[in-house]
This record gives sequence, C-alpha cells and structure tokens, in this order.
Amino acid sequence: MLIMFQLVFTSVSVATRNKRKTHLCCDMAEVEDTLKRIQGYNGVIGSIVVNAEGIPIRTTLDNSTTVQYVGLLHQLTMKARSTIRDIDPQNDLTFLRIRSKKHEIMVAPDKEFLMIVIQSPTE
Amino acid sequence: MSVPHKVGTVKSKQATNVKAPVAKVVKAAGKKKDEEEATDTAEGEEWMPGKTLVKPPDQLDLTEEELNEEITRVLTANNPNAPQNVVRYGFKEGCYKPIIFVDQMAIHFELEGNLVHKESDEGRRLMAKQAEREEGTGAEKLDNVAKAGEKERKLTNQFNFNERASQTLNNPPRDISCQTEPPPRANFSATANQWEIYDFYVEELKRREKSKEKQEGQVLNKEEDKSKKKIIQAETQSDDITQLAHAAKIIERMVNQNIFDEVAQDFMYFEDAADEFRGEKGTLLPLWKLQYDKAKGLSVTALCWNPKYNDLFAVGLGSYEFTQEERGMLLFYTLKNSSYPEFIFNTTSGVMCVDIHEQLSYLVAVGLHDGCVAVYNLKKKSDQPVYNSTASSGKHRGAVMQVKWQKDDLDSNHNFISVSADGRVVSWTLVKHELVFTDIIKLPATDKVPDDLKDVIATAGTSLDFHKQKDHHFLVATEAGKIHKGSKYYSSKFLETYDAHFMTVSRVRWNPFHPNVFISCGWDWMVKIWDQTIKSPIFTFELKTSVTDVAWAPYSSTIFAAITNDGKVHVFDLSINKYEALCQQKVVSKKTRLLHIEFNPVNPIIIVGDDRGHVISLKLSPNLRKKPKEKKGQELPKGPEVEIAKMEQLLSSLR
Repeated sequence: MLIMFQLVFTSVSVATRNKRKTHLCCDMAEVEDTLKRIQGYNGVIGSIVVNAEGIPIRTTLDNSTTVQYVGLLHQLTMKARSTIRDIDPQNDLTFLRIRSKKHEIMVAPDKEFLMIVIQSPTE
Repeated sequence: MSVPHKVGTVKSKQATNVKAPVAKVVKAAGKKKDEEEATDTAEGEEWMPGKTLVKPPDQLDLTEEELNEEITRVLTANNPNAPQNVVRYGFKEGCYKPIIFVDQMAIHFELEGNLVHKESDEGRRLMAKQAEREEGTGAEKLDNVAKAGEKERKLTNQFNFNERASQTLNNPPRDISCQTEPPPRANFSATANQWEIYDFYVEELKRREKSKEKQEGQVLNKEEDKSKKKIIQAETQSDDITQLAHAAKIIERMVNQNIFDEVAQDFMYFEDAADEFRGEKGTLLPLWKLQYDKAKGLSVTALCWNPKYNDLFAVGLGSYEFTQEERGMLLFYTLKNSSYPEFIFNTTSGVMCVDIHEQLSYLVAVGLHDGCVAVYNLKKKSDQPVYNSTASSGKHRGAVMQVKWQKDDLDSNHNFISVSADGRVVSWTLVKHELVFTDIIKLPATDKVPDDLKDVIATAGTSLDFHKQKDHHFLVATEAGKIHKGSKYYSSKFLETYDAHFMTVSRVRWNPFHPNVFISCGWDWMVKIWDQTIKSPIFTFELKTSVTDVAWAPYSSTIFAAITNDGKVHVFDLSINKYEALCQQKVVSKKTRLLHIEFNPVNPIIIVGDDRGHVISLKLSPNLRKKPKEKKGQELPKGPEVEIAKMEQLLSSLR
C-alpha cells in the first residue's frame, strides 16, 4: 500500500484561523451545514467525528467500520502529533493525509475533536 | 535452686590395730621435734623472756638408761577388744561353728552431726516444724523479727544459707493482628515528553497571569466579574462547536482539493507548451468555476481580490436590470474551496460595488443599488454591516457605482470615496459608530440637458479610480461618455475632462506603473488608452460589441484584458502587438454576458464574473505574460522602472 503522509502544518489555515477565532458565536447550524456538505462531495465515502477520548460521536459509516477506523487512526494521529511536537513543542499537527491505492484518509485533529474523512480520490 | 549438701554425721574410722614396725622411727621423730623446739626457743628468745619447761607432777622420772631403752611396739590391725571365740549354730551341720571373721572395727569417738541434708526426710521434717513454729509464734515474735533478722545475719555460717530466687510469671507472648481494607490502588503510567512539559508550562503561565489579573481586578465591581464569568461560560460552551468548525473547514478544503486535484495542479504547474508554436498568441485555461446556489439569479456586479490573502476574493452580486429592485449578496470565495463561499452576507438591496481595505483586509466597503454605502467587517460574523449610511447622513440617491478606500485621514480615521448614479462623489469617514459624509464634487451636467434642469438631472457616474502615486488625483467616468479628472483638494472644479466614449463608460483605470496612462472602455465597443496630458486617446481598440470591463495586468505595464458582452475575454500586450489582441477567447456559453474581470495580484490568473452569478477563474498562458527575452549573460533589470520605461518607449514611438 502506498502511503503518503502530508503534514500540513500552518500554511493551510493560519490565515483563516485568525479570522475564525473571532467567530465564537458560530452556531451549530453552520457546522452541521459544513458536515453535510462534506458528506455530499464527490467521492466522499464517510466522515467520522471523534471526541478527545477517542469515542466516535458522529459517523456516516456502519458501526464496525467506524470503530476500526477510529481505533487505528486515533493512535496514528496521536503518534504523528507526538512526533511533530517532540521535534518542536511550539509546533503542532494540523492535518494528516494518508493516501492509499484505494482511498485517501484525511484527519484534521483539534484540541477536542478529531475529524476523519475517507474519500476516493479519483472519481 | 541450689541447696548445698550438709554432711550429717561423720563417723571416723580409725585403724587402731596398726602395729608400729619400728620404734626408732618414733624416737627419731622425737629428736627432730626437740630440735625444732630448740630452734623455736632460740627464735623465741629474741622477743620473749626465757621459757622454762614445766613438768607435770605425775611425770615419771626415768633414768638415762630407761630413756634410752628401746621399746618395741607392734601395731596390728586386730581389734584387741574383739571376742575371739564367737560361735554360731549352724543348722546345716547341726553344730556350733566358730566364726573366724569378727568385726575388727573399734569406735573411739562418735558425734552426732547437726547438719541435716535439706532434701532428706529429716530435713524436710525439720523445716516443716520450723515453719509451724514460726507461724505459731509469728505474732508474738513480730517485734523480735528485726532482732532475729540481725541475729540471723550475725550467724554467718557460710554453709547455712538459703538462696532464694523466684521467677516471676512471664506474660505469655500474644500476637494480635487484624486486616484492614486495602487502600484503593491504581496503576498510572505516562510519558513526559518535551512538548507535554512545554504545554504544562504554558498553561501554568496563563494561569498565573489570570490569577494576577484577578488579584488586580478584585477591586472592581462584582457585577463585572459576573458578566465576565458569563462570557467565559458562553465561550466554553461554544468552544467545542467552534473547534469542530475549524476541523470541518480544513477537511472541506482538502476534500475539494482532492476533487479538483487536476485543476489545482494546472493552476500551479501547467504551462501551455503549445504557446511556443502559436507565435505571439496565447490562450486562457479555465480553472475553477465558483458558484453558489443561492446566488443563481443574480449577476456579478463587482469583483475584488483580497490584498492580504491572494486566494481570497470578494464577489458582489446584484442586478443591472434597474427596473427591478432586488436582493443582493456579498460573497467571499477562496480558491482553496471552490464549492462553497468562505463568507456570505445577504443584503436587502443589490450590491453594485465592493472594495477591500488595502491594509485592514477585513474591512469591506460595499455600495448598494438603493444608494446606501455600507462597511462589513469579516471578523464579525453577522449579516449586518458595521457601518451603514442612512437617508439623514447623506445617502446617495442613486445606485452606488464604485467605492474606493482611501488612506486614513489626519485623525487616522478610515475613509473611502464613492461615486453614484446621482452624480455625487462623496467621501465617507468611519467615526466611532457612524459614517460621516463629505461631498467632494458633483459631476457636471451634460450639454444635452436644458439649463433649467441641470440641477435636477444628474450625470450618473459609473466608475472611479485613484491615481496610484498621487492618491488625491482621481478619474470619474460617466454615463454620458465623459471621463473627468479631479482632485480631492479642489472640490469646485474638475482638472480635465476627456470626451472618451459615445456611450456609457463602463470602466476607467489608471495604469499601475506609468503615472500618466489610463485605460477606459465603454458600451460603444471601444477600449481606449490615454495619456492624461493628451486629450485624445493614444490607442483605440474596437471589440465588435460593448465592452463591460477592462483591467491592467499587475505584472506588466503594457498588458491588459477586456471582456465583452458576447462572453469573450480579450488580452492585449501593447509591447507585442499594438493592433490586435493576443488572445480572444470565449469563456462562457452563449447568452451569458461577462460583466467583470480582475487580475490576481500575484498569480497569473484572472477571474471573470458573469450575469448568472458565476465566477470563472482562468489561467493566462505563458505568451500572455511574456517577459522581454533574456540575452545570455545579461541580467535583465526588473521592477516598476522597467515597466514604466517600456510604456514610455511605446508612447514615444507614437508621438
């Protein structure tokens, strides 16, 4: 399996992050909309939201698949983050992409949540 | 207990019948005695007076002979007193038989000992008796106990003692044990990474700062604290959602990147190799098409790139059909997510123009169809503008055709200038919570209008642009086809007026490099390039249909692009071809009109907006952004000076 790690540190979203931080009044509806849109995009197989304890709180996949993905990816993400932060404690992992022959798994870690999306890259 | 034995009786046995074999031995011994005595006396004489021998009175007087006579005495072991003729009757023989063996022992002295063995029967008996006696006479002798004790003590017979020792009762050892409930145990293991330590320190610092602030703030009112607490609570509550929103946003962008992977690759790396064989001609490569469902019925009325983030741009949506008053929309798209706008603002009236502040890229000025100008703040996530002009505060009476941010004024208030269909050019200053307006100039009425109506029928301004270097100089284009050059400092009069077009001038723009050159386009199919010092255009291009917008390229002084009503994009490079466009490409389907065009300030792409609310991004092929050919070993100078020189050369060739 071809695995490609792409660690997107700060370039992608720092620009918009500052803006977004001020939008604390973000309502739930907007997030819901975004999640719905993501699920509707081309080639997206499933999306999972995991909380800090590694428990999936929202998924579009079936139960066993979800549990398997979450269990494995949570570990991998923690390891990746640990690696980045060990090198430089001020740095942090912002994104993790795993490109395989069949899928691309995208993980966006945050302080509280972990968002996982599985997408077929070419469709 | 040890009790020493006492010898009870001693019976001395004496062998009395031992015969002395030699008498001489005795004599010799006697002599010796004498000698010893003599010596004794001799010794004694030293300290005693002379000793005289005392003779017993009954001592025999013996002669010398008698004394010397030897008397032999034989000692035998036979008892002289023992009977020698003891017989006993023997029943066996039936006669008396003499007993030969007679007891030869003679007892000379017998003394009963007074020591009794303590453990013997007698001893015990005595002790018991003594005990009885003591008990019996205990009371009487109580007084004499001490005396008796003393007396007893005086009797120091070393053999007569009782050693009394007693062993006290040893407490038998006892083990008492009980079992408590085991304390709860838990295994805890963790690794302390460098970054965990770092995190901890950062948190600790934060906490300390907070506590410091609290200490300082304790003097403040409690009410304030309460409100703060509430805010904090609200923040923490919304925190999780916000964080998820952030993650979701990144994911959305990445999903889009995957979907439009080829487009992104083209945007970044594709350079059309076919350009080499096309000569000077170039092409446009369509990239993303940005659209939003809710904006379908609206047309793009304004485009503006964000000066800070060169993937972000604003799109104003409204309508040019002035008969129908419609809703409008202000969208912000990023090229990183072409499927959905980054920001959405709904307006009650159609948006006609948009401008983003040069330094504070979150401030967006918007001109509306109903004559209002408004300022939106991207940092505040609300649908309402932070500033809005009202009827009382100098609102335009016609659609606002263009807004342009200005440098901050002397009081460092932000301000911008608008031009409207009512013919006014107004400066707006953002003061605290309101917009303060200042009329700068009024567009002069056209000659066709009768004199008595000149104050009533205004000349509609359509476009406005400020000089890049002298920022008080500006150009205003009008519906009447005129272009006026004015200055902010002379509000009475325009400095210059150009008879530019026969019909409405749709756009006027200064050249970004050359200080004298500007471009204009109009509905009369013309694109004209002007030198501000000359009243007639230096270049004129006819594009066979009305031109809706024109824009200079940010990377070259001689390249510009124009769009026409028939959906074509025309790209010119005057330094290469002064007569024809390098590229004429239809980018939208029939019946779709292109309305606006903007160059990206950094990347070689343009965006065009059409009347269906779509925005298309196009990449310029290498021929459309050609730099002068590089000669070997010669570094070509770059920068604005070169671009100015290029334009200057072009101008001089025409003069």
